[in-house]
Amino acid sequence: MKKPLGASQLVAVLLVAGLVLLPLYSQLTGNVFVLTMFTRIVILALAAASLNLIMGYGGMMSFGHAAYLGIGGYAVGMLAQEGIGSGFIQFPVALAASAIYALVIGSLSLRTRGVYFIMITLAFAQMAYYIASGLARYGGDDGLTIYKRSDFAGLINLSNRVQFYYLCLACLLGVVFLIWRIVNSRFGLVVQGLRSNEQRMQAIGFPARRYRLVCFVISGTMCGLAGALLADNTDFVSPAVMYWTRSGDLMVMVILGGMGTLFGPVLGAVVYLLLEELLSEVTEYWALIMGPLLLLIVLFGRGGIMGLLGRSWRD
Amino acid sequence: MTEPLLRVEKLVRRFGGILATDNVSLAVLRGELHAIIGPNGAGKTTLISQLTGHLAPHSGSIFLAGRDISRFPAWRRSALGLARSFQITSLLPDFTAADNVALAAQAHDGHSFRFFADARKERGLREVAEAALDRVGLSDRAQVPVSRLSHGEQRELELAVALASRPQLLLLDEPMAGLGATESARMVKLLSELRREVTIVLVEHDMEAVFALADRISVLVYGRVIASGAPAEIRGNEEVRRAYLGDQHVVTRHG
Amino acid sequence: MLLVVEQILNGLQFGLLLFLLAAGLTLVFGIMDLVNLAHGSLYMMGAYFAATFVAWTGSFVLGALLALGATLLLGVVLEFAALRHLYGRDHLDHVLATFGLILFFNEAVRLIWGPAGLPLPLPDWLAVPVPILPGFHYPAYRLAIIVVALAVALLLYLGVMRTRVGMLIRAGASNREMIGALGININLLYTLVFGLGAALAGLAGLMQAPILTVQIGMGENILILAFVVIVIGGIGSIRGAFLAAILVGLIDTLGRAFLPNLLRQVLSSASASTAAPALSSMLIYLLMAMVLVVRPEGLFPATRR
Repeated sequence: MKKPLGASQLVAVLLVAGLVLLPLYSQLTGNVFVLTMFTRIVILALAAASLNLIMGYGGMMSFGHAAYLGIGGYAVGMLAQEGIGSGFIQFPVALAASAIYALVIGSLSLRTRGVYFIMITLAFAQMAYYIASGLARYGGDDGLTIYKRSDFAGLINLSNRVQFYYLCLACLLGVVFLIWRIVNSRFGLVVQGLRSNEQRMQAIGFPARRYRLVCFVISGTMCGLAGALLADNTDFVSPAVMYWTRSGDLMVMVILGGMGTLFGPVLGAVVYLLLEELLSEVTEYWALIMGPLLLLIVLFGRGGIMGLLGRSWRD
Repeated sequence: MTEPLLRVEKLVRRFGGILATDNVSLAVLRGELHAIIGPNGAGKTTLISQLTGHLAPHSGSIFLAGRDISRFPAWRRSALGLARSFQITSLLPDFTAADNVALAAQAHDGHSFRFFADARKERGLREVAEAALDRVGLSDRAQVPVSRLSHGEQRELELAVALASRPQLLLLDEPMAGLGATESARMVKLLSELRREVTIVLVEHDMEAVFALADRISVLVYGRVIASGAPAEIRGNEEVRRAYLGDQHVVTRHG
Repeated sequence: MLLVVEQILNGLQFGLLLFLLAAGLTLVFGIMDLVNLAHGSLYMMGAYFAATFVAWTGSFVLGALLALGATLLLGVVLEFAALRHLYGRDHLDHVLATFGLILFFNEAVRLIWGPAGLPLPLPDWLAVPVPILPGFHYPAYRLAIIVVALAVALLLYLGVMRTRVGMLIRAGASNREMIGALGININLLYTLVFGLGAALAGLAGLMQAPILTVQIGMGENILILAFVVIVIGGIGSIRGAFLAAILVGLIDTLGRAFLPNLLRQVLSSASASTAAPALSSMLIYLLMAMVLVVRPEGLFPATRR
């Protein structure tokens, strides 16, 4: 079907183009900081996109998504500490660990709905935070320095800023592409149907919890990838990456950009983190402005930026 | 006597101290349209919900084609060929009519752990959906989101969704509720066609429709089945008259 | 043996504080259907107000009372200015909006009181240990916390079960329309309930303050524990919150105190001291996981919601 290019599609195209061309800008202007900053933004956008899969499309309001950032990060950091520097081992382990954690937490928390689900995912993420703080061998509270970034046998050099940025961007776009396919697949329709009316879906023959759980695990695994990249980016991992406010940040990015839209969370991450950067330049007390701003967004800005741009890119 | 398609034995369900379903036993034969009637609060929806698995009975058993399904969750009963429509329309509001029906077809076409191919482009599912929509006369509304369909259209869509799963047994919970006169007439005509294709349990307030359509009728009062039989028997049954149909206008005209 | 008694008392005291926090949360949720993450901020504000007022008046009791009033007032203002507009919205909106409030409160505290945190010294008469068993002394202040919290719990119970306002609260929890139909000013009732919840949180914060320090973000970790309490106890149930809070307080405290020694008996001393801190902080979450498996609706759910 031919649809006219809506405002939100246009923004998505511009967004991707901007992200792809960013290293060029950084090169031309000699502004290295902007590349560093956007590497972090792209990684957190990946995390937000993964959260959007369960939150926006699946209706599962997880308040513990930052746990995967930590799990992915610690997988890389702990293996590096033990002398296993190959990314071909570190990254699969990071993904697998995230998937297993998601499977366990999901099978417990998906027994409940609504507020319970929010509180339980929050509590389990806090548990992960405390466990990491108790890992004396791996730095405990102080965190773990990673002395050598993941090694991909010369295929790609993560210590090169531009190469690393493009790796992160490729991961982000790959995940968004996967989410796009999933959302329109049989599986995706079932998950969205469950969000819309669970009783009806059960009545026509879908076992709800099974589908939700698989969706939860896919989302967690994707976020584990973001965690691994984040650890390589900062050369450091600490319990703080899974502190609950980080989970809140991710939720805000999703809502701000537009829940249940493909590029909304990416846009949300860019806007939220740039805003944070901007406000902290203006005043040391930037959260004094950010906090009430969130309140206003919730009260008046339903649907996020993508929603404001008119037609959402839902399907 | 052959095994009935649906057999309910001594079903009991309480809410607090109230017996909402009081030792209900029923048999629905293959191919018949079996109506369940009763005054408001007689426990009709409670009974339907137990049949579909949305509510657990406290005791008693439910057999579908001889198989004990009393402890099966809703989705498994659906997989075995039991489809329902809801009293209060319960569709997927942000999906199109076609999507609603296609999902029902998808539920009965193997598992849905397929993550990559575009489900809306699957010919098989779309054809089943088109056929079911055509059956209820909604083919020209296929691409309209449910939230923008009229109430009558939504009731018809409920039927299409139930049909798309190719059920053995169709449980219809007040399909006429809230319909105007012309819409009601359309629904009666539709049901009179469908009853030739599938076994139907019909819960309905519209007595005219019930007596026009049903092969057999069971009367539910205060959670108990007080009579069960052909429409003529029910009309003549003294107890039914006293308990329920004594209210003359109900027999002749409702609502 | 005496060590066990002491730890049990510590656990009880911690559990009672958790109850004060959880009771406010569950009341607000049960009646207004509002999820308030900023409840932990009210706990923090109670502590900061107390530290300020105690230093200002020179009296611990007077300062604490003033702080309690101030937190109540803050709660009322907060409800009026912001949270009132969130009733009837979905829970996700509540979470995000109150998350924003947390950011705001933390930053406001940093702006007003500075980033360093404050001390809240105890008066001499509360700082002494009192003998409660032959040969066993327990800090007077912790004892005072237990007494005060138990008294508040009893008042809350009587208030909700016996009084007219309490009946309204229970009616509100089970039937929102009815209470409006009775011609009761529902806005006022909601504001009062929120103020009450805020005061309870403030009380918990100011009582905890002399034991730990008064610092930014102090309400956040304990808020998550209060969530765990609510999940275990069953949402909307004061009785459930009470029992679950005591349970969580005891398990957490006793686990931290005795688990390392217990582990040392089964594991080598080195691996025991590695595993113990992580494991003891996991205990209550494991408890929550078990409750979820056995009774997802909580151990003592409110009878009708």
